[in-house]
Amino acid sequence: MSRATEPESGAPKLELRHISKRFRVGGRVVAALEDVSLALGAGEFVTIVGPSGCGKSTLLNIACGLLQPDAGEIRLDGQPAGERLGKVAYMPQRDLLLPWRSVLDNVTLGPELAGVSREEARREALADLPLFGLEGFEHALPAQLSGGMKQRAALLRTLLLHREVMLLDEPFGALDALTRLQLQEWLLGVWARFRTSILFITHDVEEAVFLSDRVLVMSPRPGRIALELAVPLPRPRARHMCDEPECIGLREKLLEALGLDNPSG
Amino acid sequence: MNDPRWRQGAQALRGRLPALALLAALLALWELYALTGLTPRWVLPSPSDVWRAGVEAAGLMAPHAAQTMLETVVGLALAIVGGLALAVGIDLYDLLRRAMYPLLVASQTIPIMALAPLLIIWFGYGLLPKVVVVWLVCFFPIAINTADGLNGADPDATALLRSMGATRWQIFRKQRLPGALPAFFTGLKIAVTYSVVGAIIGEWVGASQGLGVFMLRASNAFLTARVFAAIAVTSLLSVALFLLVAALERLAIPWYFAAAKREQWEEIK
Ligand SMILES: Nc1ncnc2c1ncn2[C@@H]1O[C@H](COP(=O)(O)OP(=O)(O)OP(=O)(O)O)[C@@H](O)[C@H]1O
Ligand SMILES: [Mg+2]
Repeated sequence: MSRATEPESGAPKLELRHISKRFRVGGRVVAALEDVSLALGAGEFVTIVGPSGCGKSTLLNIACGLLQPDAGEIRLDGQPAGERLGKVAYMPQRDLLLPWRSVLDNVTLGPELAGVSREEARREALADLPLFGLEGFEHALPAQLSGGMKQRAALLRTLLLHREVMLLDEPFGALDALTRLQLQEWLLGVWARFRTSILFITHDVEEAVFLSDRVLVMSPRPGRIALELAVPLPRPRARHMCDEPECIGLREKLLEALGLDNPSG
Repeated sequence: MNDPRWRQGAQALRGRLPALALLAALLALWELYALTGLTPRWVLPSPSDVWRAGVEAAGLMAPHAAQTMLETVVGLALAIVGGLALAVGIDLYDLLRRAMYPLLVASQTIPIMALAPLLIIWFGYGLLPKVVVVWLVCFFPIAINTADGLNGADPDATALLRSMGATRWQIFRKQRLPGALPAFFTGLKIAVTYSVVGAIIGEWVGASQGLGVFMLRASNAFLTARVFAAIAVTSLLSVALFLLVAALERLAIPWYFAAAKREQWEEIK
């Protein structure tokens, strides 16, 4: 007999059921999301791809509690989650590092808000800096970092929140192709080590396939799940897998679902 | 020679060079004009006359300047306290913003010169009315700039902190307040440039000591060079206060300058 507050074993870490959301923009009503359902299992890496403006960020904002849906239900660990702020780790599209705080003080923001002692938070953050390629930059200000370093710092800040669910909104969207490839492999390493559940957003079909266990394709506004695709590639992932026919097939299916013509045809 | 501080100092000086050169040129022109004798010296003394009068009356002027500075510093300090308090109140309570903000802006149309005599009637001839004038002059730029700075906090960053479970007070302490410091210093710099003049206006209406009184007396005695010397001292005091605030600003918000100019990147040549 388990009490109502205990997580149901096997229940998804995060579950969105029949979520709809509309915005009023200058007198006009815009339907951003319509009947979106998805589940994120424990330790799972799920990616959402979709055209710009289809409601991906809105979905994450709803999941983390910054917005409330017009209809639908959000569950964490199988339990309806009314107040969600502070329960899942959310990394917005922009890095949003506070410019007056050093890298170290930025990444320990979460523990600081939670009342963890400064020494303890710093000790843990310092231990993670090498993995995040920020060693030696702990006292640098955000203005002194490269774009890739800022994203890694924002990601470490998200990780140090110690939540079981991480919502990452296009973390590599603003980076050059090379840095992006490096950070993808690095993210998989971090994920394998910390074993969190990740809901990841991207525009990039190749990135989606390389990273995820499952890929969800969203339709243009109003956002709906148009296709769900499992990625049966083994882990750990290696870059050469992307060139194999199976993987190319997955990418083509995704592009087709996104309404783009077959690029190899 | 490679000491970065030395280099920064040299750079700062080079940056000011055009302004200093222009000032020197204007003074030289003025001196030359005075030498022609087209205007009597008691109407328009030359810069060197002003300098001599200033040196001669330095001992006389010092206690007056000290009095003016006292009024200025007390008024300014109270304006910082009041301005910050109002800005924070306006930021925390939207009703207060809607009630106060328009009135505050409208209050700036009231000429301080017209108000000063009333202050003498209400507060007498002591320190208080001068401090009130300084306060009135300085309060507005500090309050409005700080309130705007707080209000201009990045809503996305606020959302991020909320998603982390931050309370309203934590968001204020960790995001809004630090982010408003540059705007606060902008307001403070505007305030200090007006502050000394505010004290002098207060003194004109009624006082026994202060640079304003010194100016009035010199003017009544047709000691025009002395009036100019007092004006120069007023300017110097204002500039000194301004530089002090600018130095404090560098110490308080180094990140702002790093972000604005990337000056902490030292290029290696
Ligand atoms: N706070 C809001 N107020 C009004 N409309 C909004 C708001 N947030 C989002 N929208 C609208 O909802 C739709 C979806 O926006 P959203 O930011 O979720 O898109 P997105 O899929 O994240 O796009 P992108 O890939 O460009 O980031 C857009 O049409 C947008 O204009
Ligand atoms: Mg988005």
